[in-house]
Amino acid sequence: MTPAAPSPATPMGGDAFLLLLLRLRTFIALIAVFAFFAMAAPNFLSAANMVILAKHVSLNAILAIGMTFVIITGGIDLSVGSIVGLCGMVAGWLVLYGIDLQIGYTVFFNTFEIILIVLLVGMVVGAINGFLITRLNVAPFIATLGTLYVARGLALLSSDGGTFANLRGNAEYGSNSFTAIGASGLLGVPWSIWTMVALTCAAAYLAARTPLGRHIYAVGGNERGAALSGVKVNRVKMFVYMFSGFCAAIVGLIISSQLVASHPATGETFELNAIAAAVLGGTSMSGGRGRIAGTIVGAFVIGILADGLVMMGVSSFWQTVIKGLVIIAAVVVDQAQQRLQASVALRQQAALGK
Amino acid sequence: MSTSAIGLSIRGATKVYPGTLALDAVDFDVRLGSVNVLVGENGAGKSTLMKVIAGVEQLTSGEILMDGKPQHFASTGEAAAHGIGIIFQELNLFPNMTVAENIFIGRERTRGGIDIDAASQRAAARELMTRLEHAIEPDALVGELRIGEQQIVEIAKALSQDARILIMDEPTSALSAPEVEILFRVIADLRRRGVGIVYISHRLEELIRIGDWITVLRDGRITGSRAMDGVDVPWIVRNMIGAASKDYAKTEEHEFGAEIFSAEDICLPRQGGGMTVDHVSFALRAGEIVGIYGLMGAGRSELFECIMAQHPHATGEFRLDGRPLDEASVAGRIARGIALIPEDRKTQGTIQIMSIRENMSLACLRDFTRLFHLDLAAERARVRDLVRDLAIKVASPENPISSLSGGNQQKVVIGKALMTKPRVLLMDEPSRGIDVGAKAEVFRTMRRLAAEGLGILFVTSDLEEVMSLSDRILVMSNGRITGEFLGSEADEAAIVAASAVGHAPTPSREAHA
Repeated sequence: MTPAAPSPATPMGGDAFLLLLLRLRTFIALIAVFAFFAMAAPNFLSAANMVILAKHVSLNAILAIGMTFVIITGGIDLSVGSIVGLCGMVAGWLVLYGIDLQIGYTVFFNTFEIILIVLLVGMVVGAINGFLITRLNVAPFIATLGTLYVARGLALLSSDGGTFANLRGNAEYGSNSFTAIGASGLLGVPWSIWTMVALTCAAAYLAARTPLGRHIYAVGGNERGAALSGVKVNRVKMFVYMFSGFCAAIVGLIISSQLVASHPATGETFELNAIAAAVLGGTSMSGGRGRIAGTIVGAFVIGILADGLVMMGVSSFWQTVIKGLVIIAAVVVDQAQQRLQASVALRQQAALGK
Repeated sequence: MSTSAIGLSIRGATKVYPGTLALDAVDFDVRLGSVNVLVGENGAGKSTLMKVIAGVEQLTSGEILMDGKPQHFASTGEAAAHGIGIIFQELNLFPNMTVAENIFIGRERTRGGIDIDAASQRAAARELMTRLEHAIEPDALVGELRIGEQQIVEIAKALSQDARILIMDEPTSALSAPEVEILFRVIADLRRRGVGIVYISHRLEELIRIGDWITVLRDGRITGSRAMDGVDVPWIVRNMIGAASKDYAKTEEHEFGAEIFSAEDICLPRQGGGMTVDHVSFALRAGEIVGIYGLMGAGRSELFECIMAQHPHATGEFRLDGRPLDEASVAGRIARGIALIPEDRKTQGTIQIMSIRENMSLACLRDFTRLFHLDLAAERARVRDLVRDLAIKVASPENPISSLSGGNQQKVVIGKALMTKPRVLLMDEPSRGIDVGAKAEVFRTMRRLAAEGLGILFVTSDLEEVMSLSDRILVMSNGRITGEFLGSEADEAAIVAASAVGHAPTPSREAHA
């Protein structure tokens, strides 16, 4: 049964090299932009600038990690930006006013408790997304678009559109350390960067070495097939949206602590940057494909472009144009890689003689 | 009739898909003003040949001649421009559009190229429906029509193109007997008008009745081609199956064990009344292979889905090893020892984007997990063993499963099922879309597994397959079990009769896939 198959058996050294190049494309792009700005922008390479850069990147990267899992399952989470805003307001409220029990008592929380409550709020919004999507069969785009508005509206309502300022906390209640989340760090590296590193490692481990991670990919690759293989599809989806909400809550905490204030408009369009980082890192919008490492590299490419262009004095309008072009280019190259990869696998199979 | 002109001919047609040779140097003529019948088993290459003629697929080598000149159809549009129309086996309709819109899709009648002339389309659609003797409203939404009516719309769509050559790929599969009669009248009318018709079907008597020329395909080769005069069913079957009937690896002699699985009064209501699965009860013993034969829509796949906990509304009781199988989740049932090999590999059996390894281990990741940590080395070793045991031809278990041929993909799916260490294996059309060699291997594997004590329940539409592979045969029709036969004493005619119980007229012998 071996007809005139397209010239099999020859080693594919050229293809293999090209494939490797394509696989590492985001990484190569990262090195390229890094090298470019190192030469073009003065002070770009200074340690201080590196820390600032990583600090900027970390917020988007944390959101993008949660987003990557959602996109791998074939969904999308548009609500993360609003969750950032809402969680910031919740944190601000808890620091300033505590919770009024309506019986003459008001409960104030220490920093640790505030962090837990805020993370819980983020996960609850994520759970609402998951509930809408898995139980009520709302399309992810619509469900999370809805929560985008609802969460943003709630954030605005909480302060009547105003800012919760001066979140220094109160030593009496143990909340005076709230500012430390954004201001201090370990070994001279801010907590936000440590959080990004920890989340990256945890998420990459989850994706590659746990059954849950495998199930996330399976659900995105073929939901029906996964369900028939015993994968609990709804639970997997619930997890990814809750995890995404969790990541957004972290970002909300960090920002409100860094600014020592929370503003209800914080986080607008953050969801788009998170999606951009994931896509730039090779995550497929149709689901089933994507890597955490790729997403992180993608977030850095976006971040370096933004900061570097600012340092070079390029207009922010041009930055937006350039960011868009980079994303489009990334997806075009991604398509080329997919095609090449498929043809290499097919040829290997053909070389087996069947 | 034997002097009728040849409208289109194919010479030396070869079509290679990754891993399979779908067509092997096929010569085929379409004579105008006659019905050219094409017949063969599943996977023989009939549909591929038609797709080539209709411009859906391109030949790897060989040529298409029209009026003596070579033609190349790069798209269906080009083929249509040359007067070739096709009614596909799968319905290609838009359920959210009306009948008239569907009929004129892509060729809308317009005023000045912009404004759609809906009135004219509606009138033309109504005319076509009259010709087809159906009262389907042109404004009805296609999604609200019965499958049979949708097929009529599909036929109307092809008729509206005034094709010189009209290909019908199993046009009767969803039609009732009176509808088939109407279609035959339309075909007779088209033939008088000099249209060349290519007619593909599995219903052999139907072919003999309306065909003028017959061509039999087997495994991508032509095994018989002649005028219909004097052709009878045995001749067709002989050419379809071959003189040396496929060796399905005869029973490995072994004793059956105790009863391991039973179904008691299973019912699954159908939307809009009636039952998809209607009071079905049966039992399966360890080491036994039970084949479930029936026509499409008999409720066989749905029965499997009930066993696999896909229909929470189903009533009745399954028992495994004497204990009720009442786990609500698929994972729970897999853990109890049920494994399903679904009918459609692409949409149900595999995750095409994932690697062979990941596909195989998906249903039993728990076996390789400590706490929450996945032991990739153990997983790899296990996959390697199964790939060797099942003789799956893979370049690397890390390649995507989509790079494999149908037969090898099926073996991966079987491997995936076996990895869960099942007691009962459910196989829905295990030989669909795989070539003869792989088929024989799959059947041998089934035999071996049964000998090792597994209970196997498999569904098929292939009469020969069910006869030669089963220790016991259940026949389903309209959701009910209408016949039960021991493999050794099963009679072809009786099985076919049982499979038609409850369908309007009872044709004597009607194979159908």
